[in-house]
Amino acid sequence: MTDELQQQLINDLLIESLEGLDRFDKELLALENHSGGAETMNIIFRVIHTIKGTAGCIGLCKIESTAHVGENLLSLLRDGKLQSSSEMISALLALSDALRGMLRDLEASGTEGQRDHSVLLQRLRDLQTATRSPAAPAPAPDAPAAFGLFEDTPAAAPAEHRAEPGKPAAAEPAQAAKASIADSAIRVDVVQLDKLMNLVGELVLARNQIMQNTTQLDAAALLIASQRLNLITTELQGSVMKTRMQPIGNIWTKFPRVVRDLSQELGKKINLVMEGQDTELDRTIIEAIKDPLMHIVRNAADHGLEMPAVRAAAGKPEEGRLTLRAFHEGGQVNIEFIDDGQGINAARVKAKAVERGLVTADQASRLSERETHNLIFLPGFSTVEKVTTISGRGVGMDVVKTNIEKIGGSVDVQSSAGLGTTIKIRIPLTLAIIPALIVTSGGERFAIPQVSLLELVRLESEDAHKKIESIYNAPVYRLRGQLLPLVDLSRDLGLDSRKSASADGAVNIVVVQADGRQFGLIVDAINDTEEIVVKPLGKQLKSITCFAGATIMGDGRVALILDVLGVAQHAGVISEVRDHGIAGDGKAAEKADNRQTLLLFQASLESCMAIPLSMVARLEEFPVSSVERAGSQEVVQYRGQIMPLIRIANFVSGAAAADTAEKDPLQVVVYSEGGRSVGLVVAKISDIVYEALTVQRSAARDGILGSAVIQERVTDLLDVPSIIRSADPTFYKAGIN
Amino acid sequence: MSETKQFCTFYLGDLIFGIEVLEIQEVIRYQEMTAVPLAPKMVHGLINLRGQIVTAVDLRSRLEMPPLPEGQLPMNVVVRTEDGAVSLLVDEIGDVIEIDGDDFESPPETLHGVARDLVDGVYKLKERLLLLLNTPKTVNYATHPGADSGGRRQAA
Repeated sequence: MTDELQQQLINDLLIESLEGLDRFDKELLALENHSGGAETMNIIFRVIHTIKGTAGCIGLCKIESTAHVGENLLSLLRDGKLQSSSEMISALLALSDALRGMLRDLEASGTEGQRDHSVLLQRLRDLQTATRSPAAPAPAPDAPAAFGLFEDTPAAAPAEHRAEPGKPAAAEPAQAAKASIADSAIRVDVVQLDKLMNLVGELVLARNQIMQNTTQLDAAALLIASQRLNLITTELQGSVMKTRMQPIGNIWTKFPRVVRDLSQELGKKINLVMEGQDTELDRTIIEAIKDPLMHIVRNAADHGLEMPAVRAAAGKPEEGRLTLRAFHEGGQVNIEFIDDGQGINAARVKAKAVERGLVTADQASRLSERETHNLIFLPGFSTVEKVTTISGRGVGMDVVKTNIEKIGGSVDVQSSAGLGTTIKIRIPLTLAIIPALIVTSGGERFAIPQVSLLELVRLESEDAHKKIESIYNAPVYRLRGQLLPLVDLSRDLGLDSRKSASADGAVNIVVVQADGRQFGLIVDAINDTEEIVVKPLGKQLKSITCFAGATIMGDGRVALILDVLGVAQHAGVISEVRDHGIAGDGKAAEKADNRQTLLLFQASLESCMAIPLSMVARLEEFPVSSVERAGSQEVVQYRGQIMPLIRIANFVSGAAAADTAEKDPLQVVVYSEGGRSVGLVVAKISDIVYEALTVQRSAARDGILGSAVIQERVTDLLDVPSIIRSADPTFYKAGIN
Repeated sequence: MSETKQFCTFYLGDLIFGIEVLEIQEVIRYQEMTAVPLAPKMVHGLINLRGQIVTAVDLRSRLEMPPLPEGQLPMNVVVRTEDGAVSLLVDEIGDVIEIDGDDFESPPETLHGVARDLVDGVYKLKERLLLLLNTPKTVNYATHPGADSGGRRQAA
């Protein structure tokens, strides 16, 4: 057998076995909870059996013999000769850790490692003959193996772990090697591959057609071919993206095990509930959030949930509940961790932050409840007096926050004392292709990622001079009463300002947000939004923090992608020190709770309405002539789909019927969900505001959630789902299928 | 008898340089470029090489030579480096020539300035001297941070 072949066999064994062991853990826990089906025992048995067989085949005796002992015990269990007990499950889990350890050593060093598992093996053998002798207490779990915590999760430590070559196989190298083989390979559905192959075939055909036509110059045929090319490319892009998508459940499989180990170690009772395991995410993102999520779970189990006695005294069920929920919303993935524990103790958090010198006592006293909760994300913060092995080493939540923000996500925490804590994470679906706004400045095009974009403001020439004021040469603009610092992009980047002056003297301001601060970028022109493919910049340009990368535009030229945070720092809008949120003045802090961005519009001429901007996919205008009918439903063709139109005025009872003299073009708010879109026809789009929302009067009218005062006007909050449901009952069902 | 190597040659002003062909990915005509604001002077811009974004390094600027006269367009010599492809902008492309290793000599002591860092040695051709360029050092800006300073550029 050649070395190469041997290595290949080992690689296959590693991938297969590590996957198998994850399944093994999961099924064992199901067995313990009696939630598994008839197959559970067979799956458990098969995993160990396969590992034994494969390892034996390629001469890995230690793995083989270890697995063999486990198999003996399992065969007794399977045949019903033994009843499973908690002790047995613990021992089998320890076996899974031991095997995993050997596999990782094998991966790192090519040998099965030096670990001694004789205690564990003896324990497994004892269990085979065990007839519940009460004299023998549960053997002390051999510490390193029984709690696989530190091998499984390099607790998101800021210092990067590198495998030190000199060190023998121990926990350390196991951490570093972790990201290698099982994580670099990916399993793709054969159906998916077939589809890709088909699409590529189509692409080749379309290319051939175009090649022929360029010689003959047949305009009509060329048009057909290019349309076809367009379709195929879009579909191909979608398909390829899909191969990279993985259900988030893949990283959640480890959590039940972790929670079980934790609850045993801490003496707590924890019920872990997971919802939305099928929510799909790009593989690279899955990798990036793995450790932060694990950290949050551990944190919730350690600090969030109380001891059973404490819970009982507080009138709560002894068993704490930790719910993980993932779902798609507005083109992003939301992950929530909800526990019903003690909540965050605001007074203690403040005291600790002051003690650690993170805020001054004066600042602390002015913080809102929500801001106080967010203090836990500051570097160097930890409230636990007792540092446990599980969490509280001061490298906690700030690392979680940094890692999530690094991939363009955000973390938020809400908590009410005594009732529990909810941590919400929002992350983009993928990092490879992002929506972006294309702007021009100094004759060059730049892309601004949509995630950092808030709104666009255009000042006509006569307004521009009056409305842009300056404080010691620092231009500012009053955006709804708040001062917005302005940055002239061409000046900041040192571009040719001669090319800058826009023809009509109007000023375009792109309002962006970086690190919680808003500022306006003055650009020469705003072109369009586009989906762009992010490409990295060369090493020579890495030091320029203003750019996040580059992309190739439709005409084949390169455009730079702005890193809004970098631009802000370069222009001095944000100082390097992250002092926001603490220095925020009291007035803003008061308002900070339940603020959200709302789209204001008028359904008919008098009424003022609002919906959360997060529900809006796009704002579009359609000429009245483009409206067609499908049955009784008004529809338009939109991005290759048929989009139903709903006239809000007709659906909201109480609103005056739509004006007979119809506006042309129609103002349409596009709402998308599950790949389907629906257009809400409104009379006029008024504004976008970021305001605290207090529903003052809950209305009994259909399609209205309630009313609130926004910008000194009584505004109805539209209940979009209910309106869509009443207009098109199949919308949500079809979206799910 | 030492082995012979093949070199791709190109011109910068009246100098002739060589890079071993194995390091070269391709040679292409001048392309439209996107300038990078705030970038070091030696970075002329970014080009789209069949979907890959490649940094174009102005070799004249890198070697502290005066810029190419107006109206003359440089050529792209795309070299493979550890961090992907990088394009070197040169005046003109020469032939690929085969040279005997015996003709190699270290750069003369009198060579100084940035050329001293970037030129690995000299091949004695029949009629002239071929300067052997060290591509990793050339494309790596960090090794020579002074290259960007305006004063030195004017002095050159």
